Amino acid sequence: MAYSDKVIDHYTHPRNVGTLDKSKSNVGTGLVGAPECGDVMRLQIEVDANNVITDAKFKTFGCGSAIASSSLATEWLKGKNIDDAMKIDNMDIVEELSLPPVKIHCSVLAEDAIKAAINDYRVKNGMEVLEVAKVHH
Amino acid sequence: MDPRVLDAMLPYFNSKFGNAASRNHPFGWVAEEAVDYAREQVAKLIGANEKEIIFTSGATESDNLAIKGVFEMYKDKGNHIITCTTEHKAVLDTCKHLEKLGARVTYLQVQEDGLIDLKLLEASITSETILVTIMYGNNEIGVIQPVRAIADLAHKHGALFFTDATQAVGKIPVNVINDGIDLMAFSAHKMYGPKGVGALYVRRKNPRVKVTAQMDGGGHERGMRSGTLNVPGIVGFGKACELCRLEMDEEATRLSALRDKLQASLLQLEESYVNGNPAHRLPHVANISFKYVEGEGLMMAMKDLAVSSGSACTSASLEPSYVLKSLGLSDDLAHSSIRFGLGRFTTEEEVDFAIAQTKQAVTHLRDLSPLWEMFKEGIDLDKVEWVEH
Repeated sequence: MAYSDKVIDHYTHPRNVGTLDKSKSNVGTGLVGAPECGDVMRLQIEVDANNVITDAKFKTFGCGSAIASSSLATEWLKGKNIDDAMKIDNMDIVEELSLPPVKIHCSVLAEDAIKAAINDYRVKNGMEVLEVAKVHH
Repeated sequence: MDPRVLDAMLPYFNSKFGNAASRNHPFGWVAEEAVDYAREQVAKLIGANEKEIIFTSGATESDNLAIKGVFEMYKDKGNHIITCTTEHKAVLDTCKHLEKLGARVTYLQVQEDGLIDLKLLEASITSETILVTIMYGNNEIGVIQPVRAIADLAHKHGALFFTDATQAVGKIPVNVINDGIDLMAFSAHKMYGPKGVGALYVRRKNPRVKVTAQMDGGGHERGMRSGTLNVPGIVGFGKACELCRLEMDEEATRLSALRDKLQASLLQLEESYVNGNPAHRLPHVANISFKYVEGEGLMMAMKDLAVSSGSACTSASLEPSYVLKSLGLSDDLAHSSIRFGLGRFTTEEEVDFAIAQTKQAVTHLRDLSPLWEMFKEGIDLDKVEWVEH
């Protein structure tokens, strides 16, 4: 299958690979997917007092598109406040990376990971959990 | 394809364009002679008589003709077919089709090393069993089945033995007499011949085996497969068989040494495992699991290599390889598996390159893998509550 140049770029030079200290109260962690499905994403955000994301890290087990989707997500998250970050839609990722239809689930996983990370942060900081239900493609 | 095969084929596209079935003009005679010669070359490679070779469009057609043809021809004797779970889809799906037409099919589980359990096989044979169909060498893991022992068991109970030998013929010595084979499918393109041509061997004596044609028409190929012969393809197939017969021993020695080098080097990586019985294996195949790395992601890093993933993640179904699952591999390990195939034109430099590139890719992807990090921290991944999507 042909990958887009952007997918290849993120895959070859993934941005923001790493691990944040999940025990810290200003770090939110989202772990989504399952090994038996062939992809697992872990996305972490570090948030400042104004609810702005100052750092984001990821690690992903999966195909090139899954790696690229999560790498791109970390780029987009940095500098956003958590409310704007919640609005990132999987179709934005599909478009940016030119993902083919069979790889849309990778972008869905990335969106799920973003929302799971934000909600983890919200729970830790006494905020309500936001609904993440959405009709997935 | 081997360039020597192409050279043999080319004249049959232009200067020698006759139809092998046209018996009343010289162009036809030339084509017919060429097909006869190719038939001898093919037969000689597998220890058969040329009258026992039916040319087809490839192994898939041969599988269909053998299984459906035997089922139809021997239906008065019984309706039971025995196969195994690691067969090629061309065999499995043909068997499934016949189930709709009244066949009873036993799909034998293989052992953890991919080999058939002979006791289980014998216990499955009944007086209704007409055919045992077990592949010679597996396409994904390279495991070679104990073909002679399987044939003996089938014959002891009055059943025929068919083998899909697509991966084995031309790679290791296959002899239909010594191996006790009644019917055998194989294909040109797996032995450096052209795509779109294959053969079915059908035994003519001790016993004489018959199949009902699945393609009706002009009665070509002794009435078992009608249709104008693909003369250039058949000529190429013949040449490919001849080259294999002459060069196979040397090639197998060379390839198994390279394969063993590749395998030994890659097993130096932590948490990597060979799939399939390491002793009973085709010389040119190695299937290796790299735990905590996803196969398709790994393949992407090895774009210069002739590898394929045990994971069919490219399809929307995300189903890992059914062959690896049949060996008892968990889904996640099956997703982490890569099949390496070496060939006539693979050099040692290329193998060294493959080793370096694979090691680098596995290391890179493990650095990216949350599962690897969790494994290193001593977390039991089986106890994690995964959020499936």
